[in-house]
Amino acid sequence: MKLCDAKACVLRVGGTNCDAEIKWVLEDLGLSTDILHMNQAIKKDLADYQMLVFPGGFSYGDYVRAGAIWSREILTKLKKDLEIFIDEGKLVLGICNGFQVLVEIGILPGDGENVSGIPTAVLANNISAKYECRWVNLKVESDRIPFFGLLKKGQALQIPIGHGEGRFILQSEDALTELIKNNQVVLRYISPDCAAAEGKYPNNPNGAVYDIAGICNRKGNVMGMMPHPERAYFGWQLPSWGKELPKFGDGKAIFESAVNYIKKY
Amino acid sequence: MKKQIIKKVNARISLRMIDLKAADDRELKEISSVMGLALSLDEMKALKGHFSTMPTDVELQTFGQTWSEHCIHKTFKGDISTEKGTIKNIFKNFIAKATKEMNKPWCFSVFEDNAGLVDFDKGYVIAAKVETHNHPSAVEPFGGAATGTGGVIRDILGVWGEPIACSDVLCFGPLDTDYKDLIGGVKHPKYIYKGVIAGIGAYGNNMGLPTVNGAILFDKSYTGNVVVYCGCYGMLPKDLYINKTQEGDLAVLAGGKTGRDGIHGVTFASADLSEEADEQRSAVQIPNPLVEERLRRATLRLRDSRLCTGITDLGGGGISCATGEMAYRSGLGLGVNLSVVHLKEKDLAPWEIWVSESQERMLYSISPDRLEDAMEIFKEEEVEACILGRFNKTGKLTVIIQNVIVCDLDLNFLYSPPTVMRFASLVETQIKKCDLPEPNNLEDELLTLLADPNIRSREGVIRTYDHEVRACTAIKPLQGSESGPNDAAVLKPLKDSWMGIVISCGINPFLQDPYWMAASSIDEAVRNNVAVGGRRIAILDNFVWGNPEHKDRMSSLLRAVQACYDFAVALDVPFISGKDSLYNESPLGPVRPTLLITGIGMIPDIRRAITAELRREGNPIFLLGTTKEELSGSAYLRSKSAEGGDCPTVDGVLSKSTMDALTLAIDKGLVASCHDLSDGGLGIAASEMVISSKVGMHIDLTKVHSQTRRSDFVLFSESNSRFLVEVEEKGAKEFAGIFKGLPACIIGETTKENALSFEDLKGKNYGVNATQLRLTWRGY
Repeated sequence: MKLCDAKACVLRVGGTNCDAEIKWVLEDLGLSTDILHMNQAIKKDLADYQMLVFPGGFSYGDYVRAGAIWSREILTKLKKDLEIFIDEGKLVLGICNGFQVLVEIGILPGDGENVSGIPTAVLANNISAKYECRWVNLKVESDRIPFFGLLKKGQALQIPIGHGEGRFILQSEDALTELIKNNQVVLRYISPDCAAAEGKYPNNPNGAVYDIAGICNRKGNVMGMMPHPERAYFGWQLPSWGKELPKFGDGKAIFESAVNYIKKY
Repeated sequence: MKKQIIKKVNARISLRMIDLKAADDRELKEISSVMGLALSLDEMKALKGHFSTMPTDVELQTFGQTWSEHCIHKTFKGDISTEKGTIKNIFKNFIAKATKEMNKPWCFSVFEDNAGLVDFDKGYVIAAKVETHNHPSAVEPFGGAATGTGGVIRDILGVWGEPIACSDVLCFGPLDTDYKDLIGGVKHPKYIYKGVIAGIGAYGNNMGLPTVNGAILFDKSYTGNVVVYCGCYGMLPKDLYINKTQEGDLAVLAGGKTGRDGIHGVTFASADLSEEADEQRSAVQIPNPLVEERLRRATLRLRDSRLCTGITDLGGGGISCATGEMAYRSGLGLGVNLSVVHLKEKDLAPWEIWVSESQERMLYSISPDRLEDAMEIFKEEEVEACILGRFNKTGKLTVIIQNVIVCDLDLNFLYSPPTVMRFASLVETQIKKCDLPEPNNLEDELLTLLADPNIRSREGVIRTYDHEVRACTAIKPLQGSESGPNDAAVLKPLKDSWMGIVISCGINPFLQDPYWMAASSIDEAVRNNVAVGGRRIAILDNFVWGNPEHKDRMSSLLRAVQACYDFAVALDVPFISGKDSLYNESPLGPVRPTLLITGIGMIPDIRRAITAELRREGNPIFLLGTTKEELSGSAYLRSKSAEGGDCPTVDGVLSKSTMDALTLAIDKGLVASCHDLSDGGLGIAASEMVISSKVGMHIDLTKVHSQTRRSDFVLFSESNSRFLVEVEEKGAKEFAGIFKGLPACIIGETTKENALSFEDLKGKNYGVNATQLRLTWRGY
């Protein structure tokens, strides 16, 4: 598809707040992007879009549990449309609160097909019991998914996180084995010198099982991640510029891969 | 009190009337106290003279709110009697005068609105505002601090600004305070500390605003009076700014519901904290950032669609102040119908609805033909809105509820409170000599200071605040991989412009001379800004003082205000906004006179911004400015529990020339890294630069341009207007040329080893590696 014909949609509700910066980077890559409030989205046809982004923030104040309320709203208002969207192989990206929402609706890790409405994992409170804002080091675990087309397996990325509820946990050991077997673990926290974080703070900032920072569905077209790649897009956003200011940060490759995928699609 | 003075006249809507004419002086005072008006006898007498018929409780409450110190700043606008005659209106004759004289074309709106506005790039202006929320935070730390943040965010919305960042400066009692030292309802500093930090984080993070700058101070005087400064900064296209409410426009109230929380917040803030302060918990508002987030979206959509003619936020005094102000500033009158207000609970008395400070509410004026479109936006954004009334030409504020007129006031009288008289002395503060023996080991002294609660790393707090959200934080509160400190934050708010906003602060409450305390705070705010590459700086003042009715508090306030004029003019930095919070007294005594200066600068290209991270080995280290034996109130003396000595002063002309030269050097690309010298002086500044870096630094104290013979004084003096600068080796000559005639000298160089080494005046050598510096400063 020609990029000029493609479009992305960033959804929002009350409490969402990372929508503008995602639009900023997607449009920088040439992908026209609409930010739609749920109240506007239900009047529109999602079929017009090639990519759907659930951005970060505190949807509905994150009351009850992060992402819980918005996920129920999606189930009642957008379930069918979302199922078709995923089924057609279009891209769905959840960042931070968006990841929490995708887990709460049961798309991630899920069975890879349906919007079940039943979560099988959870993004629990950080072990520190505190909100945490920091740049983390990540390892790319899969280069087969559309979001990582420009990345190599084993590659290290530096991207910031900012959350209080980011500890990914599953209901059982078996569920984790299954997730790994299906290549659904796509991003893991590592140390600055690329060693495994092994659950240790601060390299693993929240205590997530198996140092999981991001996962995808079985098909690979739906991805959720706790780190914010839109905050690591430009070089000037990096925490230290070193001797020479780089033009771009590591987050760019993720959005660019998605845009490239849309072009081929 | 004789029962018949306060009369119930309408049980159905619980309205009372007050027979002021029948009240004598004692009873007037009693009425003020019983009704929680916090008005003085003179003010009550003025009201007695004004009303020909009996006023209602709603009317008297309106005066209680509008004439409060919090709303009308009567001390700053009043008369001050001194031994050299009466000084009138120190706000106008010192603070605003400085701005007026400088007459900067880039100041778009100063002291007019909820926030100050200065020009930016591409037709945008920057909005800036800093507030205090001390009393509420002392009673209910989480809610007090959170609603402080919420309130200042609405100040930015109240000038049609899109909030883009927050800052906070906090002053607590020492965390190791003994419980035995707490009396009379004073809560332990640890409890307050945890609650305040959590409150600020919860609100700012929820709103998706990065908290990018701030400071935390500890001192005994804050044990009973926590100080919470909340700042917010925003952007708006200049041509979308509008505040022209017209006759016939509708007053629309939107946002959260109105309840019993926050009743009498302003009068609560305009009196000392008493032992019974806890019983006034209802004066503290309840935060709900989700409602404010929706309100923000709705407000910005209304702005972009040009649907409104005016806007103001609801803060102190609630609906009463917001409606009165909007009508008065437009030269209009307003009829308000309180029956339509969405309530949290039933059975609120009319005066409670009228003055409630329930959070997350805004007031708009909207032309009737735009109303439908505006209401559609509120609906889409899930914001509750109601039409409160219509602006008219009467010049009166009229309120009805269930068809009963409960308030009918002349706005001109309401906004002409009697001038208050305060008393002050212009005597200069005398500080005794300091006789501190010279220590044997400077390394021990340095490490003690690095671990001092007022100097050590704030990483544990900063990480609980999102400082990356909105993805426009270029220079962050934590620098690089080692989480070192930075002097100021730099934001890049516009997609298509490299221009950045530079946010810094200065605060020096430990200096005993109020004049030099204020001068030092201004110098520090400006030099922090200049250190990262900021220029064209505007400043905001926030005074936190004790009860101004005491002569000593008022005297120090007067001296500080004089310094504000002198040094704003000398450093060429206009005040654009400010706020004072007085009556910061508890059973433990008053706060130290505390002046926060916030600097808002700009940098033409954020890629040129400078951090404190040393870049490479072999670069010369310059020290700019003169190091004097100025240690009064310094971190060094405090660590030794010593007092006295000379207070740091500011040479305005020299300071300005030094900073201008530094800006020029930064623009020429000569500066590799830079850090200002403040708490702990040269020793701490050098340590912090090494902590941030992968390389190290060696300095020779004999090369320092100083006026003292003691090594410890050279290392820890807190003289103002100084910077430590790493200069690119090949540009050292050019750099020195720029500083010709100014105090600037090479005192050392960067080294390969990641350590700080220095030679003292007696030729003794010291070396501390970065690992130990980090362990001491940040605890790991």
